[in-house]
Amino acid sequence: MNEAAGLNAAAIRADARHERAALIGLTVPAFLLLGALLFIPVGWLFWLSLYDETGFTFANYARMIEEPSYLSVFTTTLQLSALVTLLAVLLGYPVAYAIALMPPRVATLCLSLVLVPFWTALLVRTYAWLVLLQRRGIINSLLTSWGVIEEPLQLVHNFTGTVVGMLHIMIPFFVLPLYANIRAVDRDLLRAAASLGATPATAFRRVFLPLTVPGLAAGTVMVFVLCLGFYVTPQFLGGGRVTTISMKIQQNAALYFDWGAASALGVVLFAITMLVFWGFSRIFPIGRLAGSA
Amino acid sequence: MTQVDHIPALRRIWLFAVTGLVLAFLVLPVLIVIPVSFSASSLLEFPPKAWSLRWYESYFGSVEWRDATWMSVEVAILSTLVATPAGVAAAYGLNLAALRFAGALRLLILAPLLVPTILTGVGIFYVYARLGLNNTLLGMTLAHAMLSLPFVVVSVAAGLQSYDMTQERVARSLGAPWLRAFLSITLPQIRLPVASGALLAFIASFDEVIVTYFISGGEMSTLPRRMFNALRDQIEPTIAAISTMLVVLAMLAVIALETLRQRRMRE
Repeated sequence: MNEAAGLNAAAIRADARHERAALIGLTVPAFLLLGALLFIPVGWLFWLSLYDETGFTFANYARMIEEPSYLSVFTTTLQLSALVTLLAVLLGYPVAYAIALMPPRVATLCLSLVLVPFWTALLVRTYAWLVLLQRRGIINSLLTSWGVIEEPLQLVHNFTGTVVGMLHIMIPFFVLPLYANIRAVDRDLLRAAASLGATPATAFRRVFLPLTVPGLAAGTVMVFVLCLGFYVTPQFLGGGRVTTISMKIQQNAALYFDWGAASALGVVLFAITMLVFWGFSRIFPIGRLAGSA
Repeated sequence: MTQVDHIPALRRIWLFAVTGLVLAFLVLPVLIVIPVSFSASSLLEFPPKAWSLRWYESYFGSVEWRDATWMSVEVAILSTLVATPAGVAAAYGLNLAALRFAGALRLLILAPLLVPTILTGVGIFYVYARLGLNNTLLGMTLAHAMLSLPFVVVSVAAGLQSYDMTQERVARSLGAPWLRAFLSITLPQIRLPVASGALLAFIASFDEVIVTYFISGGEMSTLPRRMFNALRDQIEPTIAAISTMLVVLAMLAVIALETLRQRRMRE
């Protein structure tokens, strides 16, 4: 009896092992794809940034500290990202909050107003902003014909135009995870706070706001990290006056064929991105970031 | 939904005013390309003084734009066909295998979203240059499939979480082979998340411009790749006609995704 039970248990364990191996096997195609097209290429760049004909070198990294043009690229990117993130938070929070208060049909409609630009091709939106903002664009011609201004305003091909274009792309990235979070908050808690004498402002600040911190943090980190890597919008709306890290990488690679310099800058950009993620995840519970993407 | 009824509606007017302005900021620029695309003038007039279809004629009459559109459709379909099965299999495996490092693996699958796209683009170009895969359909398909993978995995993993795996186990205990049990019991019940994932993968590929910028060009250009060049060189309203069609496509995608979501909620 005992022997049979032991055999049976062994068979069940073997079966479980096989099943687990099969399940792990199912992830192989995905990881092959990621390995061949992401991990190896990016790893190779990492190697290139440290190694040239002469052997190991830190020249590609030293250059970033020595040349002042790099410093301005870093500060531009960080300023741009911080400003766009701040504006996205300030403008996006009321939107997510208001949509959560609306009756379902209106909420669905308003949500599609966030989703349609979200799913519209990046270059279409860039083009739309050029149509609106350029010197002889729609806003300038309307303002001139109404007599509001004499001379066309410089609305694009500068920092302002870049911020406007990036904000347009980033607001949905902030609103969508926050909205999911706000929807899940139990509103009876607010009523409970009110019944205990809290003013609406206090109830919002001490009860509601803390409960939306996960969504707020997830949205903020998402927006900031995406901003750090921006390329297309500053390229077209910055008019050469705004150079982000990604643009500098593109220049080094496609213009000067300086793979070492491009790679080193890419490694630094990646490191900053990971650092921001790590920092945020230490401060805020972003556990469900993946689920809300 | 219950309302927060202790706050008088009047005091929330500012809230809805801000929301209205932000929603207008999001939607109006996207819609502005529509009247521009029907303008008879190549100058930007708003509202246009005369209407015409000349920019649509210029688009449909151009071999280059037609080829680029076809290339985009081809790459988007092929990469979705690669990313969807790979993503479904990975989500299923990671969801069931009780691994200690499953969390880390799940995060690793999201890597295409976390690594700055420009870095991915330069890296793939560099590797492809050695393999002769730049400017090839195969190269673009694989790169786009990799970039789309997270959308499929996230969508399917969410679907699997609300699915009761016992049903599949019952089928298997009754003698159904695993694959058959999955195909006839599990897959039909997670078909909506799978469909959303595939749709997201398709749109992600159809929109992709940064990696494509590095690995394709000339005759192998996709639609966004050609728009990128056209925007850099001169701004002609043909792009408005293309943009209008892409905005309509985005609206259809939102409607399709929303329909899938609502059907999922009902089931």
